[in-house]
Amino acid sequence: MESDSKVSKANGEGLGAIDGVVRAVLDQSGKLPVEIDALNQDADLYEAGLTSLNTVDVMLGLEDHFDIEFEESMLTRATFQSIGALVDAINHMLD
Amino acid sequence: MSSGMRTVHSADRPPELPCFANVLASVEAIGKGVLTDHVKSVDEDARFPIEAIEALKAESLLSAYVPKEYGGHGLTITEICRLCETMGRYCASTAMIFAMHQIQVACIVNHAQSSSYFRQYLHDLVRHQYLLASATTEIGTGGDLGASICALEIEGDEFSLEKMAPVISYGQQADAILVTCRRSPDAPKGYQVHALVHRDACKLDEISGWDTLGFRGTCSSGFKLSAHGNVNQVLPVSYADIHVRSMHPIAHLTWGSLWLGIALDAVRLARGSVRKAARKNTDDRDIPSLRLAELDERLFLMRSSLHDTMREYEALAAAGDDNAFSQFGFGIRVNNVKVLCSEMVVEIVGKALGIVGISGYRNAGELSLSRHLRDAYGAALMVNNDRIRGHNAAMQIALR
Repeated sequence: MESDSKVSKANGEGLGAIDGVVRAVLDQSGKLPVEIDALNQDADLYEAGLTSLNTVDVMLGLEDHFDIEFEESMLTRATFQSIGALVDAINHMLD
Repeated sequence: MSSGMRTVHSADRPPELPCFANVLASVEAIGKGVLTDHVKSVDEDARFPIEAIEALKAESLLSAYVPKEYGGHGLTITEICRLCETMGRYCASTAMIFAMHQIQVACIVNHAQSSSYFRQYLHDLVRHQYLLASATTEIGTGGDLGASICALEIEGDEFSLEKMAPVISYGQQADAILVTCRRSPDAPKGYQVHALVHRDACKLDEISGWDTLGFRGTCSSGFKLSAHGNVNQVLPVSYADIHVRSMHPIAHLTWGSLWLGIALDAVRLARGSVRKAARKNTDDRDIPSLRLAELDERLFLMRSSLHDTMREYEALAAAGDDNAFSQFGFGIRVNNVKVLCSEMVVEIVGKALGIVGISGYRNAGELSLSRHLRDAYGAALMVNNDRIRGHNAAMQIALR
């Protein structure tokens, strides 16, 4: 579920595009044993099989695509916990 | 009972608990007494240190980390670590059992107090001084604690569970075992929970024994575990959260502390040896005393790194932000403590042996370092250091 504030921050298309990239990067680097498209925005990625090692590859993939840099304080489980959390983090960095 | 007022008062007041200095003094006394008396037979016979555990129970130390409102000592992890270090100086197997038990207690205290079942269990643990064991690793997962093959099979309110565990330390002697497993048979391998199984509802068939170089008293045999229980015995949060907040940091800090205890005792023996030589020969004491001074520098480094990480842990715990425990930087430092301390304990005991000489090499005698050395070599192997370094290597790439 996306909150109103998030929707107002970026237009619907932008959010959808970020969501799509996050899913593509997860598909490529996350090495999840499940179909990415079957996961909703709130699904727990660690419980779906994301390991701490693969988290790093996901982070590098997202940094390359968006030309952003995750700050050290963002390098926590909560940041990588779900597709929604990653979309929020990227929005924050793009702001 | 002569005064009604008095009765009401004493019932209201929680039982008096000793301050930490007194707790430490009683553990020191148990170390000098019971642990020292039995360490040789525990090591030689690879037997459970029953006398030591009974002595700890008599001081209610199995509930040392249980909060005071349940009747426990309410100690901090730093204080628990100090107790591990103290026991480690006398009997590393007892210290390891104590450490592993406290890690399990911490998982319940830190993550399960929202459950009425576990609140009652904490009361019961204080009253009966239950000993808790752990079954995390599983045959077929390659040592990855974050993955399980076994799964809860739930029918109504009851679950059954079967796990092939390559080690369950003191599994036969424990009153209950905390077992990691998948939430359900169709869940992915990382979708784990932590379930408490009672020993009387759990069958353990030994699949491998425990005749090892060191830590012989931990009785860490492998078992096929078959258990059943009520679903309220499953901790109310995911194991992944428990691992990051409690299992991982507390394991590395308590283990590091008891390894420090081994190192401290080895340095004590080296110092005694140098002092003895110095009494005999006042002219030629330069080399052994220099070696001892160097050795103490290494001990200083080991202890400092441990204490530094303990302070960081306590600061995060005090801030109450569980997500902060998952910061890569903290994770790396907690891993550094494990890797560094487990390798330094081998180095320090080895250098102590060089100072003590042949008396340290003997299996018997007051200056024997045989058990210290054998125990020390286990530290890098329990959760293999290269696996831990692999995690750190990946996180280093992400770190800024």
